[in-house]
Order: sequence, then structure tokens, then C-alpha cells
Amino acid sequence: MWKYLVKRLLQMAGVLLIVSTIVFFITSVIGNPIYNMLPERAPPEQVEQVRKMLGLDKPLYYQYAIFLRNALRGDFGMSYTHHQPALRLIFSRFPATLEIVIVAMLLTIVIGISGGVYAGAYPRRKLSKGIMGFSILGISLPSFWIGMVFIFFLSVRLGWFPVSGRGETGVFLGIRSSLFTLEGWRHVFLPAFTLAVINIATIIRLIRAGMMETLRQEYIKFARAKGVGEKDILFKHALKNIMIPVVTIFGLQLGELIAFTTITETIYAWPGMGKLLIDSIMNLDRPIVSAYLLFVSVLFVAINFAVDIIYTLIDPRVEL
Amino acid sequence: MKSIPILQRFFASDFFYHYRRSTTAIVSSLMILFVILVAIAGPFLTPQNPYALSNLFLADAFKPPAWLDGGELRFLLGTDQQGRDILSAIVYGSRVSLFIGIAGVFFAATFGILIGLVAGYIGGKVESIIMRIADIQLSFPSMLIALFLMTTFGRSITNILITLTLIGWVRYARVVRGETLSVRKKEYIEASRVIGYSDLYIMVKQVLPNVLNSVIVLSTIQIGTFILLEATLSFLGLGVPPTRPTLGMLCSEGFSVLYSGLWWVSFFPGLYIVFIVFAINLFGDFLRDQLNPRLK
Repeated sequence: MWKYLVKRLLQMAGVLLIVSTIVFFITSVIGNPIYNMLPERAPPEQVEQVRKMLGLDKPLYYQYAIFLRNALRGDFGMSYTHHQPALRLIFSRFPATLEIVIVAMLLTIVIGISGGVYAGAYPRRKLSKGIMGFSILGISLPSFWIGMVFIFFLSVRLGWFPVSGRGETGVFLGIRSSLFTLEGWRHVFLPAFTLAVINIATIIRLIRAGMMETLRQEYIKFARAKGVGEKDILFKHALKNIMIPVVTIFGLQLGELIAFTTITETIYAWPGMGKLLIDSIMNLDRPIVSAYLLFVSVLFVAINFAVDIIYTLIDPRVEL
Repeated sequence: MKSIPILQRFFASDFFYHYRRSTTAIVSSLMILFVILVAIAGPFLTPQNPYALSNLFLADAFKPPAWLDGGELRFLLGTDQQGRDILSAIVYGSRVSLFIGIAGVFFAATFGILIGLVAGYIGGKVESIIMRIADIQLSFPSMLIALFLMTTFGRSITNILITLTLIGWVRYARVVRGETLSVRKKEYIEASRVIGYSDLYIMVKQVLPNVLNSVIVLSTIQIGTFILLEATLSFLGLGVPPTRPTLGMLCSEGFSVLYSGLWWVSFFPGLYIVFIVFAINLFGDFLRDQLNPRLK
């Protein structure tokens, strides 16, 4: 276990170093942020002054060394447009993103698992065919389009949901979140559902395939023969045994969800870090782009780590 | 004369037998055929060339679809804020979308197969380095990598193709490497080596045909994935340049007028994306079941 932890931490450090190197050298190539900060006809002296201020006049390797040293301290520089430390800005937007990701994940787990188990257990029923049709359709939907359709028909036309924004937040146990107010839930639901649709479709397909394979096995027949109830067979005997690939996919999907918040948040004008990223890309705000990428890299590595730990909990045979 | 036996062989094959008996396979392939025909014949079919500015009249702007109040039969799916016929814009946009999807898969597949063959056949250090890179890349969502690359490269069709290649090679390399590993141990490969065929000859002529089924299945589904990815990038303003709009770009332009009630400007282009990708995914599912049931 300890050996595993050390190995994992070293790997983590390696991945982060690679990512930061790539991020640094590529972001250094993106446009020239100076022209976004100054008026169009700024005098050359002023341009030079801003260059010095941002440290862009130094050679690239020097900039890289500084970047690495500061990144280790969590300092990615001041945002060019917001004039705040980049990482702090991302942290301040993170809770809003986490809200829709968590709700989307819950929707995925509930709808995805029940739909997948049903379609796998009774593949010949009409409802199962319907579920499978939905899931192929689900993976074919562009998420921005689902968002637009929801906004127009459910919010603008029918007025069931607010059009955009985060709405009212409530405080519970010292945490501020829209999940603690009813109005907040009305705002959260559509973005979260939009985010979840593709995931639900993917999970249904995976669980169905796993169930169909497992239900053919001998131990299921044996369980049936000794009179175990259908519900127990499906959820305790079969589902438990396909949990390893399911957890793996959930881990990957969580990463996908975080990536796709960029689109959902843009459509619903949700003030999370995904929208912050897109805005920063448009404004050539390098510090935020690099801070975002390194922050999500840490998240992804942490998710992978959590997935590994969960393996050992699900299946005692797995050794780390 | 040689083509007739091949056709006969195809019609007598298991594949064709299953195809004929599967409604989804027939329907989805007809849908794909429709999409391809529309893309090829597009410019001859549409009532308007949506990119010749001289054809656009502001008086025609904001027309709803023909079946709604104020709609005209000339503009079956309505017009946008510039008086552009949505139906024509969709037909033209689908050409670019399809081109990007197919060309992207072509480059990603070529690159990925090459790397996978080399990794699987040569093995050793080269293999472990390549596969480690693949693992790291796969642990990041491709959407995020694409966003980042397009930000760096700037929006253009060439850059999208480069991005798709850089994202897509991993899956091909993994599948091809896996299959190469299992084929490499077979007796006929040993035999070829003993006879003295070169490594290149063995890889191309004897290993590659064995991995082709998986590549075909993967490529079909990948075309759909790439069309979606491109649409998403273009929607965010990081994909194609405004001069060559794809379906995703049309949605993006329509989004700005969505709140003023002009839903058709973005709704129909998106619906056509769904139609295309749905058809590809349905057919891809059928192909996977037939050609390589293990690939799930």
C-alpha cells in the first residue's frame, strides 16, 4: 500500500511536470496578450512597459523557469483581464462548476444504472429496446444543441425554468451553494441535465453489455436455482460483479463532465470555471488558461487515484 | 471480368446475409447514403447559394419555416438575420462538416495504425514509451485537448484536421498494437521471417490485413465523434473560420438570436447533425457486432 502510494505520487508529479511544460510552451505561442490590454494605437514605449511588467521581454527558458517556480507555489500570475491572481479566480468559480457536475453525476448514476440494468436483464422487452434507442440517440446529440433546445422550449416558451445564470445561493454548514435553495435547484437542473445526457447514454450501454454477459454465468443460474429473488440477483449478484469496469468509466466520465462544463456553462451563462476558461481563451488571458489546465490535471490525477482506491473496496482480490 | 466474382462473393457473404435481415442496418445505411448524396449534389439542389452575398436580401430576413405564420415556400426552413435560406445553409454546411469528419478520421487512422504497428511489432522500449504517452493522453478528455490545441493553432480547417489527428491516433494505436501483439506470435509470421521477408513487408502485407476489421469499426464510429467534436469547437468559436461555416458554426450563429425567438436558425442545423451522427452510430453498432464483437 505504501509502496503504491509513493509510486502513485511520483507518477502524479511526472504527469504534472509534463503537462505544465506543454502548457507553458504552447501558451507562449498564443497571440500577443499585450494588444488585448492596450488601446489599438498605444505608443511603443507603453507597449514596451507592459511587456516588461508581464515579464515577456525575458528569454523563453527564463520565463519557463520562473513559471515552474511560481506554479509550485500555486502562483500563476495575475489575470490580464480580471487583475486578480489566476488560481484564486479559478477557486472562486470552482464551486459553481462542482454543483452542476455533482448533480449531473447523480442523474447519471440513478438513470444510467437503472436503465442499464433493466435493458440488460430483459433485453427483449419493448422498454429495453426503447432505452437502447435512446442511448444511441443520446451519444449522437451535440450537448450545445440540447442546451439550446432546452432553453428555448422549456425556459423561453414554457417558462418552467429560468433562462440562465446561477440564481440564489444558500448557506448550509458554512458552504454556500445554490443546492440549498429551491430557486437554486431550478437554475441548476437544466445545465446539469444537459451535461448528463451523453453520460447517461454511455453508462446505460456499458452496464447493459456487462449485465448481459454476467447473467449468462453459472453462479447466476445457481442463485436462481436456490431461489434468490430477482432483485437480489440483479443488484447484489450481477451488478456487483461488473462494478470494476463501471467505476473505471465513471472516473473517465467525471473528467469528461468537467471538460464539457465549458460548453454547458457558456450556453447557460453559468458563472463556473468552464465559462471562465472560454472567456479567457477569447481574451488571450494566459495565466488563467495555464492555471485552469494545471488545476484540472490535478483533478484528473486525483480522480484516477480515487478510482484505484475504490477498486480495492469493491473487489478484495485487487491489490495495489 | 474480375469484379463480378467479387460482387458475387459479397452478396453470398455472412455479412450481407446479416445486413439484409437487420432493419436498423438497412435504415441507417440509407440515412448515410442520403447524407452523402445531399452533400455531393448540394449546390445543384439548393434554392440559393447562401454564400453569394448578392443573393441575400434583407427583406427576406427573419422568415420563419414555411408551415408557420409568415413563412414562405421559397424558404422551407426559414431564413436568418441576413435573409439566408436555412435549408441551403445546412446543405452547404454539411459538406464541410462531413469533409472534416472523414478527412480527420483518415489522417488519425493512418497515423495511429502506423504507430500501433510499429509499437506492437518492434516492442521493447519504443513500445512502452508510445503506450505511456497514449495512457497519459487518454486520461485527459479529448474535448479539453482539442480546445487547447485549437486555441494555440488558431481557427482553420487545416488546424482542425491536425487537432483531430493528434487526438484520434491514440485509439487506433492501442487497438492495432493489441492485435499486432497477438498476430505476431502466429506461425505464419514466424514462417515469413524464416523465409526472409523484410519487417516492413510482414507488417504491411501480413499483420495489417488482420487488424483491418477493427480499424473499419473504429473509423465508422470515429467519423461521428469527430463531426460532433468539430461542431462543438465551432460552436465555441474555436473551430472553422466564419468563411467556411459548418453545421456547428450555423448553430453558433443561431444561438445569438435564440432569445429573440428565432429558434429555427439554430434548431435545424443541429437537428441535421443529430441525424448524421445518429445514422453513423447506428450503422457503426451493426458493423461492430458483425466484424468484431470483442470491440465494445
